[in-house]
Amino acid sequence: MKPLLEVKNVTVRFGGVLALDDVSLEVRPGEFLSMIGPNGAGKTTLMRVVTGTVKPVSARIRLDGRDITMLPTHQRARLGLALTHQIVRPFRSMTLLDNVTLAAGHHRIGRVIRALTAVDRSAEREQARKYLELVGIAEAAEKSVLGRPLGVVKRLEVARALALEPKVLLLDEPLAGLNTAEAARLADTVAEINRGGLTVVMIEHNLGEVLRVSRRLAVLDNGRKIADGDPGAVMRDPAVRAAYLGKEYQDAAA
Amino acid sequence: MGIYEISLATLVGINIILALGLNMISGFCGQISLGHAAFYGIGAYTAAFMAKAGAPFPAAVLAGMVLAGLVGLAVGLTSLRVRHDFLAITTMGVGFLFLGVVRQQEILGGELGVSGIPSPGLEKTGYMVLVLILAAFFTAFSLWIKRSWMGFAFEAVADDEDTARVLTVDVAACKLTAFAMGTAMAGVAGGLYASFARFIMPDDFGFITSITVLSMVAVGGIGSVFGVIISTVILTLMPEFFRFISDYKLLLYGALLFGVMRFAPEGLAGFTRAVRKAGIRSAGKKEAAG
Repeated sequence: MKPLLEVKNVTVRFGGVLALDDVSLEVRPGEFLSMIGPNGAGKTTLMRVVTGTVKPVSARIRLDGRDITMLPTHQRARLGLALTHQIVRPFRSMTLLDNVTLAAGHHRIGRVIRALTAVDRSAEREQARKYLELVGIAEAAEKSVLGRPLGVVKRLEVARALALEPKVLLLDEPLAGLNTAEAARLADTVAEINRGGLTVVMIEHNLGEVLRVSRRLAVLDNGRKIADGDPGAVMRDPAVRAAYLGKEYQDAAA
Repeated sequence: MGIYEISLATLVGINIILALGLNMISGFCGQISLGHAAFYGIGAYTAAFMAKAGAPFPAAVLAGMVLAGLVGLAVGLTSLRVRHDFLAITTMGVGFLFLGVVRQQEILGGELGVSGIPSPGLEKTGYMVLVLILAAFFTAFSLWIKRSWMGFAFEAVADDEDTARVLTVDVAACKLTAFAMGTAMAGVAGGLYASFARFIMPDDFGFITSITVLSMVAVGGIGSVFGVIISTVILTLMPEFFRFISDYKLLLYGALLFGVMRFAPEGLAGFTRAVRKAGIRSAGKKEAAG
């Protein structure tokens, strides 16, 4: 099958630091790929290169066969890339519903004249409510984002990304900061969405949930991809154990 | 209505159009501008010279609107590169640049300004009605924009432009649209002012004017159309009714701007909202108690 998202030879430098060193990754339609690795391994940077918020030294990115390497962020989003942030970034001046409604209206804000002449938001609000229901926070729809607990805002980010009707859903640590029950519930929701056909790439530190829901695992360490494949096989890889779980773990196991 | 009241009402109408223009840029789209008076001036000078050259009044005002909007579009381009306080400084620079150019050019009247601007061909009352109709039109236009999908995208840009981008919002297009519309409105206000005063001077469009307009927008509650209108009416009339305020106008506007930003960043609109909320809350308590 042809890859849906093709990331080739990504190299990123921040000053003198080599953040990503020639990383390549392919995601096929319908896959649920999780990316793990120690802090500072370059996972978030890789996502940001994909969405276009970090300028790489070199990279080639294709989405659904189309080269998007030179496109600005909003155009990549229009072509079907949705991202949720590791550190939540809701629109704080809006209600939960409006946050998602804006995303659901992505086809309406594309052209200036059309955006200036259209005022009806009812269809998009309806859709937005469905996405809020899907992630289980519909009861807080009309409330302001301010003062909502992190668990709700994290799910809001997912709902907003889904409202873009993307081809690929990129999730940057969606479970971080949630308690065990909340994390399991959100992971289940994401898995369910994936079963519905949406391709998911997720960065996550919560190994338990990662191994439970994802069907492919990639490991980054120090700006390099050190493993990629079936989650079970990847976790048995000694290089992954050394990098991700620490030398001591390997020694203890030995 | 005496002649004095008529000219006050006309001035209020002009200031409403001017303030709603800045509200489009700073209120709706979150882009701070300290140089709004420059576009007011561009509109006024363009309309003045057009009228003196014999152009009919509507054409003169229209030319002022178009030129102000075009320069506004160019200034808007800087907002794509700089943000927040840097944008404030840049737009302030644009304001001084306008003054510098106008003051130094003999052909633009220099320090003496432009006098002998032809009458718009309307009685004072008729002109007031025209200005107020235009003010009502731009009020409706502002309310429409706020409700439109573009206004929704503006809100997103004002809130967090990086997130807006990830959600497919073309941030550059939003900012440029806001700048073009807001400065074109300032151009209309300027054109109306030129035909109203029939004599304009560089200082009419100086930094003090920019700050005055900013006070109108900030005191009204950034983004709130009716809040801005109410505060524009109050801030335009107050110095006229209390002559002693006129001498301390700058002090008053400065203090208001500081006070609002420090203590009530949502301005009048936020204040009434808070009062309403408190009312609902106390009513709820009474109900609970009863």
